[in-house]
Amino acid sequence: MYPDDFHYTKDHEWIQVKGDEATVGITDFAQSQMGDVVYVELPKVGDELDAHQTFGVVESVKAVSDVFSPVAGKVTQVNEGLNDDPEVLNKDPHSKGWIIKLKVKDKSELEELMSASEYEKYLEGLEE
Amino acid sequence: MIRERLIFEISDEGKKGFSFPKLDVPESKTVTENFPLRDEIKDFPQVSELEVVRHFTRLSQTNYCIDKGIYPLGSCTMKYNPKLNEKIAQIPSFLSSHPYSDQEMMQGNLKVLKTMEDLLAEVTGMDAFTSQPAAGAQGELVGMMLIRAYLEAKGDPRKFVFIPDSAHGTNPSSAHICGYKVKEIKSNQQGTVDLDDLEKNMNEDTAAIMITNPNTLGVFENQIKEVSDLVHSQGGLVYMDGANMNALMGICRPGDMGVDVMHLNLHKTFSTPHGGGGPGAGPVGVKSILEPYLPIPRVIKQNNHYLFHSDYPKSIGRIHGFYGNFLVVVKALAYVLSQGPDGLREVSETAVLNSNYIRKSLEKEFHLEYKTPTLHECVFSDKLQKKHQVSNLDIAKRLIDLGAHPPTMSFPLIVHGALMTEPTETESKADLDLFIQAMKQIAKEAEENPEVLKSAPHHSYVRRLDEATAARNPKLRWEP
Repeated sequence: MYPDDFHYTKDHEWIQVKGDEATVGITDFAQSQMGDVVYVELPKVGDELDAHQTFGVVESVKAVSDVFSPVAGKVTQVNEGLNDDPEVLNKDPHSKGWIIKLKVKDKSELEELMSASEYEKYLEGLEE
Repeated sequence: MIRERLIFEISDEGKKGFSFPKLDVPESKTVTENFPLRDEIKDFPQVSELEVVRHFTRLSQTNYCIDKGIYPLGSCTMKYNPKLNEKIAQIPSFLSSHPYSDQEMMQGNLKVLKTMEDLLAEVTGMDAFTSQPAAGAQGELVGMMLIRAYLEAKGDPRKFVFIPDSAHGTNPSSAHICGYKVKEIKSNQQGTVDLDDLEKNMNEDTAAIMITNPNTLGVFENQIKEVSDLVHSQGGLVYMDGANMNALMGICRPGDMGVDVMHLNLHKTFSTPHGGGGPGAGPVGVKSILEPYLPIPRVIKQNNHYLFHSDYPKSIGRIHGFYGNFLVVVKALAYVLSQGPDGLREVSETAVLNSNYIRKSLEKEFHLEYKTPTLHECVFSDKLQKKHQVSNLDIAKRLIDLGAHPPTMSFPLIVHGALMTEPTETESKADLDLFIQAMKQIAKEAEENPEVLKSAPHHSYVRRLDEATAARNPKLRWEP
């Protein structure tokens, strides 16, 4: 379910790093908790983000939630497709439903995030 | 059941529901030629009087309302709106008074506003009220503007507003619109503000805390005095969201808890209609330190004479055209006067009793995330039903079949799958029992026949609507 080459946050974002560039999205758990997503507010390309900084908003029929950047970096690309098809976040949260790409400032920040197996354990704790 | 057609679809060329007297003057084209007619709608529906009457009567019958049955939306206080209020508001001298009338001609109206403001100050222990804000959210904004004006006058508006995670959802946006950054304060295991978290975050950059008491869990913030002392000690102010005042009337007063400014919802606690039945009203009450900043005009009494007074140089200014939603204030005043002080206390006591009757009756069937005693509302969750893949949405939809309006869903966010339930004092024991029975039946169905829940509602005018498509591709107007 949760890809091994991703890192995960307690707020249910994932980040996949390739070289200097990272892709960020929300996890399958997050989308299932939110229900049908109807709107995604995206940041601008070029925005500088701190770790834990809000960079977007996901609105579902049930709730409105902030999305936080797992690490510090500069936004290089946003998934414009989400404007027309926000439901991609529900259908394919770990791939086509990516939200932004970042140029990562400091890769050591990744060490503070969870691995796939740690995230799954974290979710088990939440279910109890 | 047949779907009610839109009035445009009923339309037939040549039908009409009016008749003019015979034209006995030369016809003038200037009106139709010069009038800015909208061209988006080519044809208005052509229908007979009886068709119009039947169409809207049928539509009204598909609606669920407090006059039909229990409406236990948590934190919304959907109590019965006594017909007496409407009768008073329709007295011609109220109904027909014009805001441009001379003040001498509307002494009675001014007396209504002043009396209501004074009574609200008495109930809440605040020093002064303005009845002008049009609803709770505007009341919040006005309250935050007062705080900002006060702090600015002291030299620094400050940066942050603290909002507990159990507060009302509009609080963060009110603070944000007023130019503050919002910091969320966590709840402890009792479901009240975590004082340690507050203390850790509190400093001289903090403008205020916005606290809902009792909070959306229905839990009374029993450390409210410690919270306000802490915030005051660093020069911050305390805003209380009074939406849940229905739990406190005649029992305790926010003014005694260290609250500096608060709003009330006349359409919740004071029995005026929500939405469709007329606008709301969100009066704001303050302690004397904030009084100079209240919006103008204010109603004052001089030598047995009422007048509008606007000479308050520190005032934040006007916040509403004319004098607020006047007739809503009339209705609420009718309510307060008909209840009297003992009656208002009984309202709160019965509201708390009713809520606890439901809580106790359903505690085996539905999970309670927080065990702390609650006041006028309680928050169940779908945790026990989740085992059978039944969610709070399914429970809510099934309640529609069983004759009740569903509780508030998925709020507060600190309870997953929340069903925030507030019966109010106006439900009889028999009506509470009907709701409890319905909920028990649902709990049983979740175990034995979850499909019936997942496909609910079965007996309503429409079945489960496609909310996602409606939100993603809204069709907001009829097109042929």
